[in-house]
Amino acid sequence: MISDLVPLFPEILLALTAMVLLVGGVFHSRDVTREATVLAILAMLGALVLIVVLGPDRREAFSHLVVVDSFSSFIKTLILLASIGAAAMSVGFLEREKIARFEFPVVLLFATIGMMMMVSANDFLSLYVGLEMQSLSLYVLASFHRDSTRATEAGLKYFMLGALASGLLLYGISLVYGFAGTTGFNGLAAVLGQSGHPGLGVVVGMVFVIAGLAFKISAVPFHMWTPDVYEGSPTPVTAFFAAGPKIAALGLITRVLAGPFAGLSGQWAQVILVISVASMAVGAFAAIHQTNIKRMMAYSSIGHVGFALVGLAAANGLGLQAVLVYVGIYLFMTLGVFSVILSMRFRGRMVEGIHDLAGLSKTHPAMAFVMAAMMFAMAGVPPMMAGFWSKVYVFMAAVKSGLWTLAILGVLASVVSAFYYLRVVKVMYFDEPVEPFDKPERPMRLVMAVTTVVVLAISILPGPLLTGAEAAARALLP
Amino acid sequence: MIFIAAVFLPLLGSIIAGLFGRQIGDRGAQIVTCALLGVSAILAVFIFNDVALEGHNALVPVAAWIQSGNLDVAWSLRFDTLTAVMTVVVTWVSFMVHIYSVGYMSHDPSVPRFMSYLSLFTFAMLMLVSADNLVQLFFGWEGVGVASYLLIGFWYERPSACAAAIKAFLVNRVGDLGFALGIFGCYVLFGSVQMDTIFHDAPGKAAVILHLFGFDWNAITIICLLLFIGAMGKSAQLGLHTWLPDAMEGPTPVSALIHAATMVTAGVFMVARMSPLFELSDTALTVVTLVGAATAFFAATIGCVQNDIKRVIAYSTCSQLGYMFFAIGVSAYQAAIFHLFTHAFFKALLFLGAGSVIHAMSDEQDIRRMGGIWRHIKVTWILMWIGSLALAGIPFFAGYYSKDTILEAAWASGSDVGHLAYVMGVAAAFMTAFYSWRLLILVFHGRPRADDRVMAHVHESPAVMILPLLVLAAGAVAAGWAGEDLFVGEGRAEFWRAAIGVLPHHGAMENLHAIPEWVGLLPLGMALSGIALAYGLYVFAPGVPALLAGWFRPVYLFMLNKWYFDELYDWLFVRPAFRLGIGLWRGGDGALIDGVGPDGVAAATRFLARRVARAQSGYVYHYAFAMLLGVAAFVSWHVFNAG
Repeated sequence: MISDLVPLFPEILLALTAMVLLVGGVFHSRDVTREATVLAILAMLGALVLIVVLGPDRREAFSHLVVVDSFSSFIKTLILLASIGAAAMSVGFLEREKIARFEFPVVLLFATIGMMMMVSANDFLSLYVGLEMQSLSLYVLASFHRDSTRATEAGLKYFMLGALASGLLLYGISLVYGFAGTTGFNGLAAVLGQSGHPGLGVVVGMVFVIAGLAFKISAVPFHMWTPDVYEGSPTPVTAFFAAGPKIAALGLITRVLAGPFAGLSGQWAQVILVISVASMAVGAFAAIHQTNIKRMMAYSSIGHVGFALVGLAAANGLGLQAVLVYVGIYLFMTLGVFSVILSMRFRGRMVEGIHDLAGLSKTHPAMAFVMAAMMFAMAGVPPMMAGFWSKVYVFMAAVKSGLWTLAILGVLASVVSAFYYLRVVKVMYFDEPVEPFDKPERPMRLVMAVTTVVVLAISILPGPLLTGAEAAARALLP
Repeated sequence: MIFIAAVFLPLLGSIIAGLFGRQIGDRGAQIVTCALLGVSAILAVFIFNDVALEGHNALVPVAAWIQSGNLDVAWSLRFDTLTAVMTVVVTWVSFMVHIYSVGYMSHDPSVPRFMSYLSLFTFAMLMLVSADNLVQLFFGWEGVGVASYLLIGFWYERPSACAAAIKAFLVNRVGDLGFALGIFGCYVLFGSVQMDTIFHDAPGKAAVILHLFGFDWNAITIICLLLFIGAMGKSAQLGLHTWLPDAMEGPTPVSALIHAATMVTAGVFMVARMSPLFELSDTALTVVTLVGAATAFFAATIGCVQNDIKRVIAYSTCSQLGYMFFAIGVSAYQAAIFHLFTHAFFKALLFLGAGSVIHAMSDEQDIRRMGGIWRHIKVTWILMWIGSLALAGIPFFAGYYSKDTILEAAWASGSDVGHLAYVMGVAAAFMTAFYSWRLLILVFHGRPRADDRVMAHVHESPAVMILPLLVLAAGAVAAGWAGEDLFVGEGRAEFWRAAIGVLPHHGAMENLHAIPEWVGLLPLGMALSGIALAYGLYVFAPGVPALLAGWFRPVYLFMLNKWYFDELYDWLFVRPAFRLGIGLWRGGDGALIDGVGPDGVAAATRFLARRVARAQSGYVYHYAFAMLLGVAAFVSWHVFNAG
């Protein structure tokens, strides 16, 4: 029994912390958000240490319901970094908006646990439990500003569509179970790996599963909630949405398709290819007309999912590695951008318009530099080579599988999307400043500095990330 | 060492004046460029003595340039008699023009730039004449072209100057295309661009046939004609002459240096340099003779009716270049270079004198608004007389010796073309004398036709402008009899040595003394009658020219409008080129490339962006519908594929 618990020590640590904070918070009459957040961050740092201590070996627990391997460790590391970043950036915002409740870090912790469960799932049932735990927490976070109609609308939309997605997923799982006779990934891989034509029922079930998961990564055509939710949610929550759950869901879909459904790669690659092209196109074109930077980032994240799925559509080892490299770099770029967005503040009032960035290079040169670096990285334009590397890898994987058309469409989409990224740079550097923003808070400055340094470091030395991603990808391959 | 110094000192001066003009100031730029060129000019005298008179040819390697396969082009200076003569002419005329410019350009706001360009030109010209392979020659050739472009357009704020500069550049480009093709041809035929190799191998290849456009051509003839097209462009021969009169938009010292004394003679020099090749093709020589004779005649007719003092002299230059070319055409290369030598002095003198007149007349250039100013600017007046006497070929002035030699050689060649050239040349000599004296009389004599304000202001130029004129005048007086023996007389074989190659059966120079006496006297007689006619028409019967112009109005207009060459070219080349350009711009680039490319793609992107953004309605049931539609589509796809 104890040996079952060891691989899950990080999750257990977080769960205990969350419950202690919940109980402790209730017994304090004054607001303890700040303290709770600090403790939550410390717990997550502890979880990071535990992941490192546990090592990269593959361990299965609870009758093969969960698995811990280098793939799950890689994704969990990214998830924890995203949660830590989002938590650090949230406190000041919540206090200013007068919605500081100690439940925020607690719910954030539960969401994190859910995500970590997801990527460690080795059975459709544990997958579903982790996914729902994450989703329910996110619904709460989206409408955390419960007096704001925009936030409650966002939360409600997310909840309704999320319920639909969960229904699709469950229906898919039941079909797969019905035709394959098991929900365990090991068993499914064995059954579906046999030669011969797979049953149509399994394929249909898999399509439903993909649809349910595609909703979580906001891939087209399951993306339509994203702009509304991103715009309506409190900005730290948006930052969290863009980073953590997206990476977790991408990790999950990768594991599901490369693990139990590996034998059906001929079938799912077609679906992923269509989703990928559509996501890149929507991400590129729809963002052009946006004036709200959070909305623009929503479409940008849709586009990035499209690019990451290019690697998955390639359905080869290099492609899996490319997806992991992509999400790793995407995490830091996203956190960096949102640290700037969260600093867009005139005399204590938050603003979200792209035009509000006008002349930032004159009023806050350092902040403008961070934003410009992130925009260049997201566009995949040198000198910020980080975003360039990640795109190169996914396109290389696609070319290796002979998907020339996909690679070319991807390059064209990145050309179009470069327009709106560079427009932000243009606004910051060439437009006249209106009124300087307030000085960014310390956590924001810290996140800005760390993400910029990391992105710059990856630009120059992509080696460590590449080897890490390679090790993680190898865990998925037979 | 002195060879390298003589060639590169002007470049040094140009760099200093051009890059550091602001630091060293106007005066500094003038001193640096004049001093360095002065040194170069003095070295040129030593070089002339050493190479031409004492017979020590020199080949000075400077640096490697292009080594690719069997193409080996090096920077090296080749000094033989031909180069030595050109070096003396170029450095000394240039030196005089530099000094003259100190005075003439003193009020200009960009003196350092001007001095830098002048020195750059001098360097390029020296590079051209000292080249020992065709590529290096081409480098110098293009270098002088660039300098000429920069100097014609020196007053770039004037649209006419810019237009003239562009015209000069473009017309020269036509010639340069021929020249470049000629160089390629040499490389194809000889496998080398080295002059020594080409000259050595040429006799063996005289009969090589080239198949081109379905015809058989003699390879040497083709190469020579292509090279000659290059020479025609640079030396403003009939057909490619249109840029030269317009080039007078540049400052007058530039006209004197580049468009009279030196650069325009580069074509003559180049053909003379390639004489061993041209000698092998009688066809090419015939073409050279005809073009030269036609130019001499044609330009002289136009010179008779022009009213701009500089344009008269410009057409005179064009005409004199024609003389040089038909001398080459009858294999009298020595006579051509001799005329080039004397012409440089008296034509530079005339131009700089004209500059002095313009200076005195408050920038007036129309000779109809001058007259009667000889009393006020006596020195200039005398100098212009000397220059005109030399140009008209009056005995014992420089032009007499060289021009008579050319005409006699044309007759002595014994061929029909040679005789034709003689006739045209004599006719041109008559007109040369006529327009020279027309100019002198209208400018200096008679009653003043300028208004009182201008007349009150007429003054002699400063010493810094007169001094170079005196030096050039000395050349215009003495260069003829001093050089006759060496260039075309008894001493010529020893003087030229291998610098010029003439085949034995081309005996124009040998037969000079075997011609009837009237052949030598006729040009002088024509020149004197030309002067007499000018006196008759403009001093004794001033009303007659207008009457003549009225009676022969079509002829007069034809000549006044320069035989309508500009209009013809405008109609034939310029307008179609513009139409083509506008068509390609509007239709090709604007509508097709921009329309389908950047603009079209951008418009399509905006359209798509709007459509995609509009799909985001905000209604949950729309969103859910999209999701279900997606699932249904994927499932249907697989169902149909599996079935």
